[in-house]
Parts: sequence; structure tokens; C-alpha cells
Amino acid sequence: MAIHHRISEDPSVPSAFREMVPPLSRSAAGEESNRCLYCYDAPCIKACPTSINIPSFIKRIATGNTEGAAYAIMDANPVGASCARVCPTELLCEGACVLNGTAEPIAIGRLQRYATDFAATEGLQLFAPGAPAGISAGVIGSGPAGLSAARELARFGFQVDVYEAKSVAGGLDSTGIVSFRLPTHVPAWEVQQVEALGVRFHTGVRIGSSLSAKQLLERHDAVVLAAGMGYVPPLGLEGEELEGVHDAIRLVEATKSGRMPSSFTGAKVAVIGAGNTAIDAATCSVRLGADKVKIVYRRTGAEMTAYPFEFEFAKQDGVEFEWLTQPVRIIGDEQGKVTGLECIRLEADGRTGPDGRRLFSPVPDSTFVNEADAVVFATGQQRLAPLADQLGISHQNGIPEVDPMTGLTSNPRIYAAGDVLHGTGAGEATVVSAAEQGKRAAAAIARKLLGEEFESYKRELVPTRAAENV
Amino acid sequence: MADLSISLAGITSPNPFWLASAPPTNTGYQVQRAFEAGWGGAVWKTLGEPIINTSSRFAAVHFGGKRVAGFNNIELISDRPLEVNLKEIRETKKRFPKHALVASLMVEPKREKWHEIVKRVEDAGVDGLELNFGCPHGMAERGMGAASGQQPDLVEKQTMWAKEAASTPVIVKLTPNITDITVTARHAVMGGADAISLINTINSLAGVDLESWNTIPHVGGKGAHGGYCGPAVKPIALNMVAECARDPKVGVPISGIGGISSWQDAVEFMLMGAAGVQVCTAAMHHGFRIVEEMVDGLNRYLDRKGLASVSELIGQSVPRYSDWGNLDLNYRVVARIHQDVCINCNKCHIACEDTSHQCIDMLTGSSGRPYLHVREDDCVGCNLCSIVCPVDGAIEMVELPAAAPVLTWNERQRALAKLGTDSMETEAVEG
Ligand SMILES: Cc1cc2nc3c(=O)[nH]c(=O)nc-3n(C[C@H](O)[C@H](O)[C@H](O)COP(=O)(O)OP(=O)(O)OC[C@H]3O[C@@H](n4cnc5c(N)ncnc54)[C@H](O)[C@@H]3O)c2cc1C
Ligand SMILES: Cc1cc2nc3c(=O)[nH]c(=O)nc-3n(C[C@H](O)[C@H](O)[C@H](O)COP(=O)(O)O)c2cc1C
Ligand code: SF4
Ligand code: SF4
Ligand code: SF4
Repeated sequence: MAIHHRISEDPSVPSAFREMVPPLSRSAAGEESNRCLYCYDAPCIKACPTSINIPSFIKRIATGNTEGAAYAIMDANPVGASCARVCPTELLCEGACVLNGTAEPIAIGRLQRYATDFAATEGLQLFAPGAPAGISAGVIGSGPAGLSAARELARFGFQVDVYEAKSVAGGLDSTGIVSFRLPTHVPAWEVQQVEALGVRFHTGVRIGSSLSAKQLLERHDAVVLAAGMGYVPPLGLEGEELEGVHDAIRLVEATKSGRMPSSFTGAKVAVIGAGNTAIDAATCSVRLGADKVKIVYRRTGAEMTAYPFEFEFAKQDGVEFEWLTQPVRIIGDEQGKVTGLECIRLEADGRTGPDGRRLFSPVPDSTFVNEADAVVFATGQQRLAPLADQLGISHQNGIPEVDPMTGLTSNPRIYAAGDVLHGTGAGEATVVSAAEQGKRAAAAIARKLLGEEFESYKRELVPTRAAENV
Repeated sequence: MADLSISLAGITSPNPFWLASAPPTNTGYQVQRAFEAGWGGAVWKTLGEPIINTSSRFAAVHFGGKRVAGFNNIELISDRPLEVNLKEIRETKKRFPKHALVASLMVEPKREKWHEIVKRVEDAGVDGLELNFGCPHGMAERGMGAASGQQPDLVEKQTMWAKEAASTPVIVKLTPNITDITVTARHAVMGGADAISLINTINSLAGVDLESWNTIPHVGGKGAHGGYCGPAVKPIALNMVAECARDPKVGVPISGIGGISSWQDAVEFMLMGAAGVQVCTAAMHHGFRIVEEMVDGLNRYLDRKGLASVSELIGQSVPRYSDWGNLDLNYRVVARIHQDVCINCNKCHIACEDTSHQCIDMLTGSSGRPYLHVREDDCVGCNLCSIVCPVDGAIEMVELPAAAPVLTWNERQRALAKLGTDSMETEAVEG
């Protein structure tokens, strides 16, 4: 089992891409944990999509039981170490903390990181598999949703196989969220925790090509579709094929796998979009040595879907924002390399769209060119309609139709969880909600196949220490 | 996972955490909620002739921005009719047969009173009895509680009376408001006690209001001393438990009480000889769910220590607790400051300079950077600097290699006596 190596940041990562937020020291964690009121029926718990028992884990830190704290976190959230770093805590747990208004809210995210870091560096295996139930489950995708479902199913005693198209497990936690916010060793540890329960990870296996959907359904009693979304879809702009045009997700993926593109050094970069992905692409570009980074967005800051703190962070990184600007085409030179982004100005036209947001129309004769050596698309992710078709489940543009409580699709053996369910236009999908959906799908499958007593299949906690093997 | 179950003088419970006799165990509703939350046992709020309580009963001492460092109360025993309590005890025991349910009792120091109440509560199905000789206020004025608990012969006699009628184990709960707790402990044992529990609350006045000049708390402008408990009393309780544990004339199981608010506190009490613990203030501060944190922490600690049962902790540190006269006078530790961790607050310097032995120098390095240095030859190893130091690991108390063989005060006195030398003279020369 792969739990014996101590996990820490990869030393080959360039310093600009190392995790920015420092860990809490032991004494800082002690002080902060002692500040928590241990509220009853605490609002912070209710604000956490995975309902982590926050006062409990914080009390455990305060009373020298950091291992118990890590258990409480990871029990409720199989990707609790990643969430400690990437959750929009201001909008979730910390935003709900009762201390807001009278004092600083408790730094829940950082305490969560303190506890899960401890479990990782101590080499703890926090969970044990359930007694074998003789039932097999296949999970498509190893991102937060898939990992979460797999971990829970293994604790219920299922034999679980996870199929991951990429060469590395972890989904966007491993490939899509910039390493200076989420270093790859964190999802790697979460994957290890699941692997140690006997879950088999088949990386480099794409359902629909390496293995057909039909074969998958033959192999397993139940299937969890947790394939997320794809890369950024083409915008249909002239010049998209030029050299220097990038997809934000592929760009981040390259930096996370250590393939730092050199073309950004000293470059002028235009990023199209204004969600969190755009911010990540922009701050990534800054760290790759870009000279000037501009986010081009057809609406205004008010409509932007990036979180306020992400917006702040990008501004501090020197990223410029060009609002009310619609890209029209990408201009290239004779060698086929990008030289600029032609845009047109927009203005509010008084109408509002079906989502309640203001609508904008072009200002006549306002076309202009943004000089650029690189253009990055960060305009959402593609839906995986072909996969849904192959699985034979009903869907709308690749979004499966499901029971919202369980993720049950039109095929009684297939459940869906995570970004694959993310509706268009409804803000950003998150790691934490993907984890919760994975948990729910697993619980629904277990309830169906094991009966109402399914919870009792979870083995008692058996904290094992791998320290001896270090 | 280790086995958390305990047996205290034959009273068994699934884990060592019991609720102490106090408001949390006032009713069947509460005790049943507590068992559901994970408490292993409960000592019912003291039963006796129902009394009348005052309104405005509790006060707390908050320290340095932390609430409830200590807790003070002027509450008496149960104010509910005995019949009602007995009915609820019966129901509770029926619902939770595996949990320890102990009845705390306090009656007038009369033989027939003890016989009567013991029979009635045992009839309700309790697993054991706890005789409350500790309540420091209100009941004492009636010749009960601490008033009888401070008189060793009364402790012995009443224990005997209870034992005469009892068929379940009898625990005697001791008051700390006494000079030497082992005296009352021994008398309880002489009276036949199967176990002792300690401590009850310590005489206290929580405070005085600076504006109104009223006591805290006050009842319509008047106050009376109350009983102190909570985290602040833990060291006092721990010492008393340890003193009883190492006294061979006590020699019965101990239920440790006083300031226990975490699994760590519980482990300390058990290492110092307690066979189980009781908790009141921590439950009153946080609710019954606090036991979840205690159980989880204890479990993981035992696993980490490779212990199969919590009982293996009992008394492990008792042999290390002795009298001052048995401590090695040649043992030496000195303070060492780790410059890489130190934040230069100079608190260690001023503490040593003004109030200890003037051996921490404030110096300036070649680069102009200030630093602190301990002159180890002058350091007496008092620990003060490391106590006031705000940074983990900045000051380490380092053990020095032994310069001379072990020599205790007692050994030294014996050696001097043997030599026939006048020890006073020697001391004068040395000093
Ligand atoms: C740039 C960026 C920044 C983000 N920042 C944050 C943030 O700060 N906080 C936050 O909470 N969320 C953030 N998110 C969103 C978050 O990453 C997702 O919501 C989350 O990862 C969704 O989890 P998932 O398991 O549903 O999908 P994914 O993480 O996308 O995982 C799906 C996995 O399935 C695999 N897969 C797909 N098809 C197949 C197939 N046919 N066969 C086998 N495997 C397949 C994929 O390779 C992938 O590994 C960010 C997203 C992006 C793109
Ligand atoms: C409000 C209050 C009422 C109490 N009543 C009783 C009682 O009726 N009988 C008794 O034996 N002890 C009583 N005690 C003492 C507790 O049982 C316990 O011995 C003491 O509080 C120390 O434990 P702690 O520090 O965990 O609170 C009472 C304590 C408090 C705070
Ligand atoms: S709301 Fe804040 S203070 Fe209360 S339990 Fe949650 S983190 Fe602690
Ligand atoms: S805690 Fe309850 S009983 Fe006590 S004063 Fe407050 S409201 Fe009244
Ligand atoms: S008290 Fe601690 S931190 Fe402060 S100067 Fe002394 S050693 Fe340094």
C-alpha cells in the first residue's frame, strides 16, 4: 500500500507556483482553536455542504487530538484536505461563523488544513474498508465527486474500481486548480487514503474508448458517473487555431504537471472570461513571467462570477480588467502566431436576461485591437454529452437528468455526481459540493443494495500508523 | 481500538466518563440524554430531604478572555421529591442497563436515616451509592455535607451505617475543605467504603462587584460562600487524588473529580490513581456532547500508546509521586534558549532578573542583533523563564549530566546522623 511516504510539496515546483498561504504553526492553531465557541447547532456546520462537524474538529485540535480532528473532517468530506485550501470559506463556513461582526470569524479553513496536514505528514490511514459485501461498483472519474463516492462505497464494503482517463488521479484538484492554491501532493494524499481501502484506480482508462460503457455496466453492479466537464469549448472566433491561443484548463494542467510553457515570459496576455478559471489563468500567466495580463469580459465586475477574494487576489497580482469588451477575432501574423485580440465595446441596453443579469449590446464603431502575444480562453467547460449517450441515460446537452437528492439517473444502476451535473450559468461548481454529491450517491447505492442498515457496514475507526514504515 | 470500559469497585461502565452529582444529573430526562450522548455513567444529583434553592446560584471566573476558568455555586442538593427521583432512576436504569447509575445521598447523621434511604434507592435499581460528605454550603449548616465530611469519625460512622444497609458498592465523596484529605479518606475506608470519590467543591467567593459592592453571586443583596470547581481546581484535585492513591491505608479505588474538561485531564487523573472520572463544569459549559471529544481523544491516545485497555493507565504515575525529602538534590536542569525560535520579547530576562536568580543576559550580537543568553552556572533550574516564555520551544530545560550520585534530603539527613555531625553546623558552612 502506498501510504508509507511522507507527503509534502514537490521540491521541483518553481517558487512562484508553490503554495502561497503558509500553514498555521502549532501555537497559532492552538490559539485559534481555543477561540472557537464550540457552538451548539452551529451555523458553520450548516454552511458546509458536507456538514463537517466544525466545532468538534476544532475542539479536538484544542485538546491535542489532531488525529481525531483529521478523522472528523475526512469522515464528512473525503477531500477535506483540498477543501481546506480551495473552498470559498468566506461564503461558506467562515461566512456563517457567529463571531462575524463581533470579532474575526474562526479561520476554519486553515485549521482544517492544519489537521489534515498532520494526518498526511504522520502517515495516518484514517479509515478502514467495510466488511466485504460482495458487490462491485465502478466509478467514472477520480475527481472530488468520484473519490468521495469511491471512499464511501469502500467503507460500505463494496469492491470499487475507479476509471480515470488521465494518467493521474484526483480530477481538477490534481490538474485544474493552480498549484499555488492547491499543490498536487494534497489530492495525491486523498487518493492514497482511498487506495488504501482497496479501491483500484485504473488511470489512463477512458470510458467510451479504452473501455466501453457497455463493458463497464457488465462488470459492475452499480456505476457512478463523476466525469466532471471537459476542456474549454471553442468560441467560434476567427483565429482560434493560431499559435498562442490557449485553453485555460490545459494551461493550468501544464503548469501543474511541471510543463511550464516558456512562451509566456515577457508576453502580453489576454484572458477571455471572468469566472474563477479566468482568474486562475491570469494569475498563472503572471507567475509564468507575463509582462502584462488583462482579463477581457463582455459584462462588468458586477456580473463577474469569480469570487470577490479571487478578484482581489488577481488585482494584487497586477492583473488588469477590461469590462464591457467583447472579443471579435484573434489576429495573427504570417507565421501564424497571435499578435492581437480584436474587440468591440459593449454597453448595457436596459434589457435583462432570463438569469436576471443585465444584457449588453455593441457600441457602434467601437472596434479596437488589444495587443497580445497570447490569448487564453476561460469561458466555461465543455459538457460530456457523448459519454452520457454511450451510457444510455437521459440528459440535456450532456447534463444527466437525475433525482437531485441521490443523483440517480434514468438507468437505475447509474448515479451521477459532481460537475457533470453542474447546470449552465448557475455560478461556479465547487470541490466541496462535488464531494457531497459523491457521498450522497454512494449512500443511495448502498441503501439500495445493502438495505436501510447500510451505515452499519462502515467499519469502526481503526487508526493505523504508517510511521514505522517511513 | 482500546477497551474503554471500567469497573470501579465492581460498578461497571462502558467508558470512564461519568457525570458528577450536580445539575446535569438532576432528572431522568437529563441523565438519559447524557447516556445517549456517550457518557459512561452518572451520579444522580444528591438525594435527601428536598430543600429549597436560592435564585441566582452560579458565578464563574473568566480569565484572560477565556470564559469559565473556574465555576462557583451556592446550589444545594436535589429540590425534587425523592419519589419522583426514584421513579426516574428506575426508568433510566431500565433503558440503559449497561451504564453506571449511582445515587448520591445525603441525610442527617442518624443511623436509621441512612438505612432508610439506602434501601429506597437500591430498590430503584442503582448500581452503587455515593455518600455526599462534601457540599460546602447550606447543607453544612444543617450538620450535613462538608460539616460531617470534615469530621473523620462522623465520616467513618456514617459510612458504616450506609454499609450496614447497602448491597451495592458504597463510594464516599470527600470534601477538599480540610487540611489532610487522606485522614478522612482513611476513615471512610475504616467505615467500610468500597471506593472514594474526590473532590467536591472548594469554599469560595467568586468575586465582588466593583460598582454595587455586592458579592458575586448575590441573592437580593446578600451573598454566602459557595463551592468552587472547574478547570482552576484541577491541580488541587489531582494532588488530593494522588495523595490518596499513594496512601496504602486508603487502598480503595478512586473516582477522580475536579476540573476535568478534556480527555487529557482524565488521563492525568487515571495515571495518578483514579479508576474513572466524574465531570460537572465541562458539561455545564458545553453540553453533554463534549464527551464525544473526550472519548475520541482517549481512544486515539490509548491506541497511540499501544494500550489495550484504559484500565492499564490506572496508577501508572503514582510511584513517581513522593515526598520532597525523597527528591535528588544533585539532579540539575538549566534553561537553554533557542535563538532561532526566540522572538525577543525579553519576558524571560525580566522574570529571572526581578524575581529569580539574575542569570539571563540581554546581549547584542556582532551583527547588532539582540539576543538572550543563560549563564548556566548561575541558573538554578527553576523553570520560571520557560513558564513565562510565549513561544513553544524557545526555552528548553535541559537535563545536565549528573555531577554527583543521587542524594536525597532524607538520605543526607540519615548520612549526617550516622556521622554524628551536627547537621546545622554543616549547613551553615555550606550556605
Ligand atoms: C481553473 C479552475 C479553478 C477552480 N477553482 C476552484 C476553487 O478554488 N474552489 C472550488 O471549490 N472549486 C474550484 N474549481 C471547481 C472544481 O475543480 C470542480 O467543481 C471539481 O473538481 C468537480 O469535481 P468532479 O469530481 O465533479 O470533476 P473533476 O474534478 O473534473 O473530475 C472528473 C474526472 O473525470 C475524468 N474523466 C472525464 N471523462 C472520463 C471518462 N470518459 N472516463 C474516465 N475518466 C473520465 C477526468 O479526467 C477528471 O479527472 C475550479 C475549477 C477550475 C477549472
Ligand atoms: C452547581 C453545582 C451543584 C453541585 N451539586 C452537587 C451535589 O448535589 N452533590 C455533590 O456531591 N456534588 C455537587 N457538586 C459538585 C460536583 O459534583 C463536582 O464534585 C465538582 O463540581 C467538581 O467537578 P468539576 O470541576 O468537573 O465541576 C455540584 C457542583 C456544581 C457546580
Ligand atoms: S460558528 Fe464559529 S465559533 Fe461557533 S462553532 Fe462554528 S467556528 Fe466555532
Ligand atoms: S440557563 Fe436557563 S434556567 Fe438558567 S438563567 Fe438562563 S434561561 Fe434561566
Ligand atoms: S521569553 Fe522566550 S521568546 Fe521571549 S525573549 Fe525569552 S526566550 Fe525569547
